[in-house]
Amino acid sequence: MKIYLKIWRQNSPAMAGEMKDYQLDNVSADMSFLEMMDLLNESLIQKSERVVEFDHDCREGICGQCGMMINGRAHGPLSHTTTCQLHMRSFKDGDTICIEPFRAAAFPIIRDLKVDRRSFDKIIQAGGFISASTGETSEANALLVSHATAEAAFDAAACIGCGACVATCKNSSADLFTSAKITQLALLPQGQMERTERVIAMVDQMDAEGFGHCTNTEACEVECPQEISVLHIARMNYEYNRALIIAK
Amino acid sequence: MLESKVPAGDLADKWDNYKEQVKLVNPANRKKLDVIVVGTGLAGASCAASLGELGYNVKSFCFQDSSRRAHSVAAQGGVNAAKNYKNDGDSVFRMFSDTIKGGDFRSREANVYRLAECSANLIDQAVAQGVPFAREYGGYLSNRSFGGVQVSRTFYARGQTGQQLLLGAYQALMRQVGAGKVKTYTRHEMLDLVVIDGKARGIITRDLVTGDIERHAANAVVLASGGYGKVYYLSTLAMGCNTSAIWRAHKKGAYMSGVSWIQFHPTCLPQSGEHQSKLTLMSESLRNDGRIWVPKKAHDERKPNDIPEEERDYYLERRYPTFGNLAPRDISSRAAKERIDAGCGVGVMKNAVFLDFSKAIKEQGKEKIKEKYSNLFKMYDKINAVNAYEEPMLISPAAHFTMGGLWVDYELMTTISGLFALGEANFADHGANRLGANSLLQASVDGYFIAPYSIPNYLAGELKAEKITTDHPAFIEAEHAVKAQLQHFLDINGHLSPDHFHKTLGKLLYDGCGLSRSRESLLKVIAAIKELSVQFYSDLKITGDHTVNSELEKAGRVADYLELGLLMCEDALSREESCGAHFREEYQTPDGEALRNDQDYCYVSAWEWKGANTEHELHKEQLVFENVSLTVRSYK
Repeated sequence: MKIYLKIWRQNSPAMAGEMKDYQLDNVSADMSFLEMMDLLNESLIQKSERVVEFDHDCREGICGQCGMMINGRAHGPLSHTTTCQLHMRSFKDGDTICIEPFRAAAFPIIRDLKVDRRSFDKIIQAGGFISASTGETSEANALLVSHATAEAAFDAAACIGCGACVATCKNSSADLFTSAKITQLALLPQGQMERTERVIAMVDQMDAEGFGHCTNTEACEVECPQEISVLHIARMNYEYNRALIIAK
Repeated sequence: MLESKVPAGDLADKWDNYKEQVKLVNPANRKKLDVIVVGTGLAGASCAASLGELGYNVKSFCFQDSSRRAHSVAAQGGVNAAKNYKNDGDSVFRMFSDTIKGGDFRSREANVYRLAECSANLIDQAVAQGVPFAREYGGYLSNRSFGGVQVSRTFYARGQTGQQLLLGAYQALMRQVGAGKVKTYTRHEMLDLVVIDGKARGIITRDLVTGDIERHAANAVVLASGGYGKVYYLSTLAMGCNTSAIWRAHKKGAYMSGVSWIQFHPTCLPQSGEHQSKLTLMSESLRNDGRIWVPKKAHDERKPNDIPEEERDYYLERRYPTFGNLAPRDISSRAAKERIDAGCGVGVMKNAVFLDFSKAIKEQGKEKIKEKYSNLFKMYDKINAVNAYEEPMLISPAAHFTMGGLWVDYELMTTISGLFALGEANFADHGANRLGANSLLQASVDGYFIAPYSIPNYLAGELKAEKITTDHPAFIEAEHAVKAQLQHFLDINGHLSPDHFHKTLGKLLYDGCGLSRSRESLLKVIAAIKELSVQFYSDLKITGDHTVNSELEKAGRVADYLELGLLMCEDALSREESCGAHFREEYQTPDGEALRNDQDYCYVSAWEWKGANTEHELHKEQLVFENVSLTVRSYK
């Protein structure tokens, strides 16, 4: 099929960017979206033009490295699907597709569709861990965790850190990302020791990185490839208020 | 020549004996010692975090945009440990012998025993970090079975075990970054190793954003850069997985072992067209409940649900009644190829077999199957638009895991002093075939439990050594060579993209040095790769400049793959037997099983680089089996 593309091209963070038009004539429906991008880049090389830079790695929806705004939606038209898992059968012959980077103040653009998401790493550095050094462990089955708790912790832990929640949020809030980690560690018995300090440190770091606040539009949950629930944000707020009271 | 440094004593005592005699570094002195760790997968992240916790200064490098992305994240099914929670006869020795046998008796006994011995502790460590493993209703840890064994020793977190273990290690790493003990360099690619007076002293990297070529010095260098299955282009690996870190170290003197031992995973999604960039893996755990079959009749065009039971060939159950659908990977993949080659393959390109859950759904109910594999069924639906609860999945073997890698001794040190290789980047524990759920284990055990002993044992001797700075001539020379190569790629200005060469190389290797190989096919591929290399250096085309440039990154990786591909073929050619994943068509039993030759080939190859356009030199580490007897590996 024939596909028309409008793609954000930007050389460096300091330079202005613009949407540029491209056209592909031989797109097949069972191509993945990123294979369509490969095809475009191959054609640009043949025309001696610089390729469109985009991040991607595992191409099976788990590494979290890919991510584009496709026709205004983070990761494209399907809900709960990464860009790499999107296939061209979701589009039809003659469609025009607009492709932009994940935009947020805390995700500066590197080039074209590549953005810098190291602000997520900084949030984890602030407290998204259990302080258990190698060797400081007891027998695994000495600590019982109910089936329901383990499953609920897993649901939160499944976050792949792609940043779609931030990109889709009108406030560029990282609440879904941060709250998922806080929930996982607050639910598990192993996480209790640092529960109070953790939530305060992570929320403070999230603010310091320049992410916005949550105003409960719940757009993040719609786009999240792992279907992380906005209820984790409610839990984070509870944990944060609880921590403030305990800290006093 | 090749000193494996296996400690003295009984098999079960070797690791304890080693730990008791290892040299230590005073806590106050550790901050004077620098270690570089390349790669942030399970092996790299766990090693960097653990060394940071001990007090060493660690620099951690990865080419991805964050340390959380490395391809360990994609491992689905689980991680093995000899906990014997199921009371089903498991033990450290049983796990050791399963792994040795699974590897077709081509691995080092002492290493494999240590892997099994440390496995239980890894589960303890991961649970302490908050890894949400599956639990029984009583709150105890749950287990499932994997191929090649008859016990349930696999721990799992739905179909995302690798992700959860990696995030545990990543979080431990981030904690050390926050504490100032580890500095991370993301979007950095190692492009050379700096060796001074026979010792690894640092690396040259390229900042993939600015394009700057940087020098980094250290007292020891750790390569945990993963496997090179992406040499086939179509594989289960991530697009960025590469051999460059280990290959460039190889060209600086580190030997490569078992280079042609590459595992083809039996349960991947088949190739559907020429545009394809990746073959998605479906976890082996599916084989616990899925039954593999093809139509009995060749070229059967009927839909799977229209083919009656008696016209289906459950070929694994037929050929291997004891292990059935849980036969090990090499055997399952070859059996699939045998049926596909016989014309019984299914799907658009006739390159697939069915994986059928109808019996399991009938017996256990859809909900139970959903709970175990929902993410895999969902992924299948996303890619193929097919509901696998209703009709069988189509699966096919794909290049997956490299048992081969840098030769290492018992301490995981390569043939270059102070250069260590961890995880899939080394050859150590899996022999000629890896058992499912042993790769997450090996990466973790290397990083959490072995490196924190063996690297300090080396560093203890470094305290009095002269401090190396990055203005040493060896650094300048290495930097110059890296810059010259990159400029050369930009200057060729031919007609063909790096991907073109990569895909061509991959196809050559799939056909001639893949699931099966012969002297004839290997000689043909060697000649073709040599031709392709000449074309690469005369007709490569890269657009853009030396700054952010994914094509320039690919060019360097493909250049290394071309050289590696040649050595893979040399390695396969020199081994005139079949073992594990290495199946030489000339050496098979009348019923098509691998025919090992212990008389002549009971060794691990260790190839020495002798310069461009010069033949490698083959060294051999003879394998000695004192605790298991060399038997014909049978899963019948």
